[in-house]
Amino acid sequence: MTTTSTSVETGAETTARRRQALVRNRNGIVLGVMVVVLSVVAYQWDGVQTTAVTARTVREASPLILAALCGLIGERSGVVNIGIEGQMLLGAYSGFMAASYSGSLLVGVVAAVAASALAGLFLGWAAVALRMDQIIAGTVINIVGAGVTSFFYVAGRTMPRFPQWSVPGLSDLPLVGRTLFAHGPLTYVAALMVLVVHIALFHTRWGLRTRAVGEHPGAADTVGVRIERLRYVNLTLAGSLAGMAGLALIQSAGAFDRGMTAGRGFIALAVMIFGRWRPTGVLGAALLFGLFNAVQAQLQFKQALDIPPQFFGMIPFLLTIAVLAVAGVKARPPAAAGRPYDPE
Amino acid sequence: MRAEWRQWVLLPVAAVIVGLVAGAILILISGDNPLTAYGGMAEGAFGSSDAMSRTLEKATPLILGGLAVAFAFKAGLFNIGGQGQLLLGAAFAAWIGFDLNLPMVVHLPLALVIGGLAGAALGAVAGLLKATRGTHEVISTIMLNFVAANLTDWLVSRDGPWKDPESGAVARSPQVLDSAALPRLGFLPVGFLVAVAVAAAVWWIVNRSVLGFEISTVGHNAKAATYAGISVVRITVVAMLISAFLAGLGGAIQTQGVNGRFEPGFNSGLGFDGITIALLARTNALAVVPAALLIGAMDAGSTLMQSRTDVPPEIISVIQGFILFLVAAPSVVRWLLRLREDIGGTKIDLASGWGAS
Repeated sequence: MTTTSTSVETGAETTARRRQALVRNRNGIVLGVMVVVLSVVAYQWDGVQTTAVTARTVREASPLILAALCGLIGERSGVVNIGIEGQMLLGAYSGFMAASYSGSLLVGVVAAVAASALAGLFLGWAAVALRMDQIIAGTVINIVGAGVTSFFYVAGRTMPRFPQWSVPGLSDLPLVGRTLFAHGPLTYVAALMVLVVHIALFHTRWGLRTRAVGEHPGAADTVGVRIERLRYVNLTLAGSLAGMAGLALIQSAGAFDRGMTAGRGFIALAVMIFGRWRPTGVLGAALLFGLFNAVQAQLQFKQALDIPPQFFGMIPFLLTIAVLAVAGVKARPPAAAGRPYDPE
Repeated sequence: MRAEWRQWVLLPVAAVIVGLVAGAILILISGDNPLTAYGGMAEGAFGSSDAMSRTLEKATPLILGGLAVAFAFKAGLFNIGGQGQLLLGAAFAAWIGFDLNLPMVVHLPLALVIGGLAGAALGAVAGLLKATRGTHEVISTIMLNFVAANLTDWLVSRDGPWKDPESGAVARSPQVLDSAALPRLGFLPVGFLVAVAVAAAVWWIVNRSVLGFEISTVGHNAKAATYAGISVVRITVVAMLISAFLAGLGGAIQTQGVNGRFEPGFNSGLGFDGITIALLARTNALAVVPAALLIGAMDAGSTLMQSRTDVPPEIISVIQGFILFLVAAPSVVRWLLRLREDIGGTKIDLASGWGAS
């Protein structure tokens, strides 16, 4: 009952499935190879600027990855989460204040994860027990999250900085070293979480049940999956990822600021859709968004083009719309996402 | 009749009271006296004829923001982009207001209509994307909010075309001419009357016109509407267009009647209040007016509250969040008040999929 499809297929079937996966992802793979080749070429031309852009790509992608995984787990379990923005703010604020008053980063991390997980639990309560419209429930989280963190905002506080973890040896490699192996802890956590969520979702009993509940809760119910409990648990776990996304913002900025998420909680939903509700897809999509942001920031910093900063500021949002307009047509969300489960 | 009364009055009033109590708890936590705070708020909102006009002025764009959200709800759409549409409307109305020299009978209505159309243009983008590409309007309108904020910032910035040449480093447009400004009749701002008239017009469109019937049909069941020969694409675009026009008009009234020019920071947050107001009014266009007055009064009173107690005005958005939650979750209110019978609630069904359906 709990076996996944992979454990009963033959070797030939496995090869066929892998080939299918390659064909399905050919656009992404081609794009990824192109970006890598271009970066190497650009590195020959101007090493310092190229490394600045590639390292920033990874840094900008980290909070998006974590936030998009939060949305992904929710929708895979059948609950749309539009409150990621608010969850990130609550996490970032709680983490910052806790670290600031205690002087300990670890306390900050625990507080951030706990606050966002609590917001996730609230979403579960609203969606499962109250059967509230999930979009409204998410909007409540956004309004209260932005409101509470502004209301209790204290200007001028500081907290200990996140350390930079350079991998000995690897971080000295040209281009690759500073791009991949010299970041704050949360960037590595983001990468790790892609792997963890991927394995958990596609190779464990929990993952099979979660996907079943997101696609066809009625069928899952008949074989004894406790749908409501699973949704509660998953939304709480997913919330903790949004808290880490908030911490990733603090890691870059050094301090909490009102509205510091600046729409990233919503961009993360576009990343999730563009990544077709798969952790590996989320990784690719987030890196693409990160790349655009990094190139944009570098151009602006160098004043390479005589364009007002406001137009640069529009780029990530226009890009999100364009991506949804192009990719959204073929998108197929989990079938039960957005609907409360009604056993009758 | 009794059941009706409960649904229209009991739930919203209970939600507001519980929201205020929750806000009071937060004020206590932050070390202030909630009674002094709310006392200041009430006095700042209703204490004098000046305070009353301020409340009416604050409520005016909120009425239009609430109407925008409520109207889109009827078609099953969540227009969360009121903020961006309002900003565009405010900026374009300012442009017409300072740049053209016309007699008042033409100038004032023209500025208001152009403001509304600027908002409508932004909403049309979201409507078209939804209808033709299946892009969920919640994401597209939020993204367009950021686009509109950047665009209007630029319009009145140092390099922008609509910058006031006399304002130095301050980013703002020139003052609109008197012929484009909404006057006041005694303590009654004319903009408020316009907003109430628009609310009545929206009520008529929704409840009495063919278009309103088509919109509600699509909102209830898009498949059934298609079988009945209603074009879902057309209705989606038209509903989004009208909704965004209302938000843009709200921005225009804000410019012509309150701010007198476009200054980016003076319009912040107005668009999001529309969500709470629309749900508090159970998406009824006429009920939007008292709901907006309530939130407008809180807004108007927040300045006096802050000067008396140091409670920052952000408390209002927290209270609004609680109110929104309670209106959308009548079972919680019922439990809090130990009520047995059904008190209704705003039935909203938005959370459909992101992709093409």
